[in-house]
Amino acid sequence: MKRLLVVFATTAASLLGQWGGDLRFCLRSDPKTFNPLLVEDEASETVRYLTGGVLIRVNRLTQELEPELATSWKISRQGRAIAFQLRRGVSFSDGTPFTADDVAYTMHTLMDPALHSPTGDSFRSAPGDVETTVQAPDRVTIVFPAPVAGLERLFDQVAIVSSRSPKKEAATLGPFAVSHYTPGTGVVLERNPHYWKTDASGHHLPYLDAIHLDIQQNREIELVRFTRGELHLINTIDPEMFSRLAKQEPSLVHDAGPSLESEMMWLNQNPAAPLPDYEKAWFRSQNFRRAISAAINRADICRVVYHGHAQPAAGPISPANRFWFDAALKPHPFDPKGAMSRLQRDGFRMENGVLRDRDGHAVEFSLITNSGNKAREHMAAMMQQDLAAIGIKLNIVTLDFRSLIERISQSFRYEACLLGLTNYDLDPSSQMNVWLSSASNHQWYPNQKTPDTAWEAEIDRLMQAQAATVIPEKRKAYFDKVQAIVSDQAPFLYLVTKNSLSAVSPKLQNVQPAMIRPQTYWNAENLTLAPAQVARNAR
Amino acid sequence: MWIRRIARHVAAFVLTTLIAGLLGATLVRFGPGFEADEQQLDPRLNAQSGQALRKSHDSERHLLTFYVRYLGRMAAGDLGVSRSLARPVAQLISERAAITLQLMGAGVAGGWLLGLALVLPAVLFRAPRYDLAATALSSLFLCVPSAVLALVLFFVNGPVRFAIALLIFPKVFRYTRNLLADAYTQPHVLAARARGLSSGRIFFRHVIPWAAPQLLALAGISLGIAFGAAIPIEVLCDLPGLGQLAWKAALARDLPVLVSLTILIAAFTQLANSASDVAIAACTRGRA
Amino acid sequence: MKRARNIAAGVLVLIFAASLLAGFVAPAPYASQFRDFVSAPASRRFWLGTDELGRDRWSRLLYGTRISLLLAPAAALLSTFMAVVIGGIAGYAGGWCDRIIGRVIDLFLSLPWLFLFLIVRALLPLNASPLTSVTLTFTIMGLVGWAPAARIIRAGAQSLRNSDLVLHARACGCHGLRLVLIHLAPRLKPVVFAQFWIAVPTFILGEASLGLIGLGVAEPLPSWGNLLRELANPQAVASNPWILAPLAILVIVVSCFQLLLPEREFAS
Repeated sequence: MKRLLVVFATTAASLLGQWGGDLRFCLRSDPKTFNPLLVEDEASETVRYLTGGVLIRVNRLTQELEPELATSWKISRQGRAIAFQLRRGVSFSDGTPFTADDVAYTMHTLMDPALHSPTGDSFRSAPGDVETTVQAPDRVTIVFPAPVAGLERLFDQVAIVSSRSPKKEAATLGPFAVSHYTPGTGVVLERNPHYWKTDASGHHLPYLDAIHLDIQQNREIELVRFTRGELHLINTIDPEMFSRLAKQEPSLVHDAGPSLESEMMWLNQNPAAPLPDYEKAWFRSQNFRRAISAAINRADICRVVYHGHAQPAAGPISPANRFWFDAALKPHPFDPKGAMSRLQRDGFRMENGVLRDRDGHAVEFSLITNSGNKAREHMAAMMQQDLAAIGIKLNIVTLDFRSLIERISQSFRYEACLLGLTNYDLDPSSQMNVWLSSASNHQWYPNQKTPDTAWEAEIDRLMQAQAATVIPEKRKAYFDKVQAIVSDQAPFLYLVTKNSLSAVSPKLQNVQPAMIRPQTYWNAENLTLAPAQVARNAR
Repeated sequence: MWIRRIARHVAAFVLTTLIAGLLGATLVRFGPGFEADEQQLDPRLNAQSGQALRKSHDSERHLLTFYVRYLGRMAAGDLGVSRSLARPVAQLISERAAITLQLMGAGVAGGWLLGLALVLPAVLFRAPRYDLAATALSSLFLCVPSAVLALVLFFVNGPVRFAIALLIFPKVFRYTRNLLADAYTQPHVLAARARGLSSGRIFFRHVIPWAAPQLLALAGISLGIAFGAAIPIEVLCDLPGLGQLAWKAALARDLPVLVSLTILIAAFTQLANSASDVAIAACTRGRA
Repeated sequence: MKRARNIAAGVLVLIFAASLLAGFVAPAPYASQFRDFVSAPASRRFWLGTDELGRDRWSRLLYGTRISLLLAPAAALLSTFMAVVIGGIAGYAGGWCDRIIGRVIDLFLSLPWLFLFLIVRALLPLNASPLTSVTLTFTIMGLVGWAPAARIIRAGAQSLRNSDLVLHARACGCHGLRLVLIHLAPRLKPVVFAQFWIAVPTFILGEASLGLIGLGVAEPLPSWGNLLRELANPQAVASNPWILAPLAILVIVVSCFQLLLPEREFAS
């Protein structure tokens, strides 16, 4: 139904003759690279999404896979191999024809171990080389050394580069191509004249002539420019600015529901951390962690900090993730009494409003978070008041990002940390490096030689098991169990899932805000600007 | 004789600049988070890539080795490559210098003009009420955070480059006002007034020369003040200048960029201050 | 002018007293979050409205004044004192001493001091009380902020060293400390007062930005610096002009300080 709608909308647009026009919105920082294979930051990812052509695309609305440069594909050998049938008659933006050699070249370059690209690493489930075989100009098979869970979805991130074009990576297969970059100011993308997609009436997409990506970090200025009509969209807008804008003109803002982004905190359980032993004993106790979780009023955080545009989080998978979300999992309820009884079970007691452990140590610890994030600072202040109600003194320290990372991943000189979590991929295989006890992103106690606890050993086993099978339902059953253990043991205290908020100018049409990145311009080739806007630009 | 003096000056200049670079590098190197990378939190990276990321700082770990190598390359005209922006430092600086120089130029000129424009009526008419009002006005601009100032200017469609002038003028006003007020109470100025000289003549012949050395010193450091003011303005208004570069490099612990900028600023500061020193010397000699 | 001075003194005393008695005067504790009255406008219950977490702004202003009003002038005094001593010695002594100090001042003007603050934060335990860290912050700001003023004072002392006045005083047998105190110090007063007057608000605003790297006042303690950060949202100012209250008080305090400093006026 939704796809039908898209078709209808594009037809309508072409009937109205809304061709041309320059779309303008903001990037948060300079793209670090224009080579799609080296992308690691958000700005480069935006450029890659708008310029790169991929074999398979995850539809941002339906979350289903759609054929792009590959017309069909087949997975074989228990998820070790994938064979693509490629679209014919497609050319890069400079006119170089697209063939199976380009796919082979792209995979070969991407999987070079010296490249250290996050995209390449997500394909690497075991050591060994990746083999690509070109059977025909439109058929290619890729064989991995071991099964890769959720293999076909990963190709959504792989923009095919040309093996023969003299322009190298600058030749693109997506709707746009980079035309101009002024460091610190912005990037201009121009329409790719050779883009293969057509609308219902057979015209070559995209509708837009160009996209201007202005580099603008200051969100207040971005908002002002948007209200002045200088910008056509704000892809993700702060909840506070969202409600400010909604008060002025409710039709400008869109709340697409829960996003993939959530906020969470954890307590440092690393036995080697330079903390007093009694503190480590608190943090390593399940009762203590659950008590902290129960003492936090998540509903208040959603209401006050996020102006209602968030919801209490239950686990690592957001409700936005249709297939992997486990509806049976509930957020820890706000229950200070329950928190106290859990603490009493561990020998804690309340004395004159101060919580003390068995040996009389007053319970006081610090929570670090990155500076400059107002929502996090406010959330921390609210938790501070919530924890004070059960006699715990929480000290909030905001650190610049590098100092924070050093503490949580090198020196381990911290007690608790509040951070956000961004999922790059819907598939939990991308979280392998978080859940395995031996992994470096196993934040509460990273790089374990052997699993420290029985429940971490069980998580290790379940994660390995889900990665070893290709049957989606089986994988989901394993990962549901992982989520249940995490919810019970609370190594991460999930706080809120943020909603996907955006602001779109009424001049921009065919926008269908989605919950996952890139929320507003995922269908960039179908976006059109209202005639008035086009006329103004033409002048 | 004068060749030896110039040689001595140049030697001191070079030495101070190099020490500034080394001290700057030391502060950055031993600042926390030097070996941390935001990418470390990316769960997609595997263990080998994580290790490679950490190893990428190896060449900067030993400070002196890094600095000596850096100086060697600098002598050949190569300032290295920025870690965070993945571009040659020399290119980054030359791209961005124009914006900052314009901003600072407008800031210093505007700041002095505004500051002096506020001081002169106070000097010439000596109305306590005016003095009070000017003081309050400059207090106001001294107390407004630069973020607010820049945003307000942006809101009213004002020239953002003027924000620096608004940050500098209260300082110029206060120093100048105090210096001139002091000058007017000097015996020789009082004597000149008693003799009935015109106020213009008194101002140019007696007041200005008396306050000149300190005013010149203020002029010398006002470039430094302007650069200090340029950092928040460029960061808040997303102006791609050197101030923004310095800030980004600091957040990213970008050693090659920070060392190059420190050396550049040290050289600039010394040039400005030497110029003001020479002018002061000429002034005091003239008076003696 | 004398009347203005008396008024200034009165205002300062009043603000000081109100902040010291914040515990009695403030209607609510500074950290109390009234979560059902978030971003409330000014009312009889919340005189200046509430902030984004529902905390009473008026109470926070009273408590915040206490910290900033005590520490910022102290730090300003420290930096001014250092500027006088270092700049004075350089200018008065001359020769190689002057040249070396001149270079040191240039060095101080060009180093990336942010990293010093980052290092200090890393050395300080995370659970250090907000008061400890904010005191430390102001101390370091005082220790680092002397250089520009020292250059101007140095110039003043230099020109004075060669002046008829000092030659005459020397000829009359006035030497050393006596010469410095009687003849040099008064001459440097204008710059010293200007430096103090500029440093107070600069340090107050500086504390707010250092709060971002974990130094300075941490939540939930208020200070003028973090209260002024609220102004960065100009539209909020339009809907609740009472947000401007901390700015107004800061301007009043700085102007009052200025009036009270016994400096020369443009007497006619």
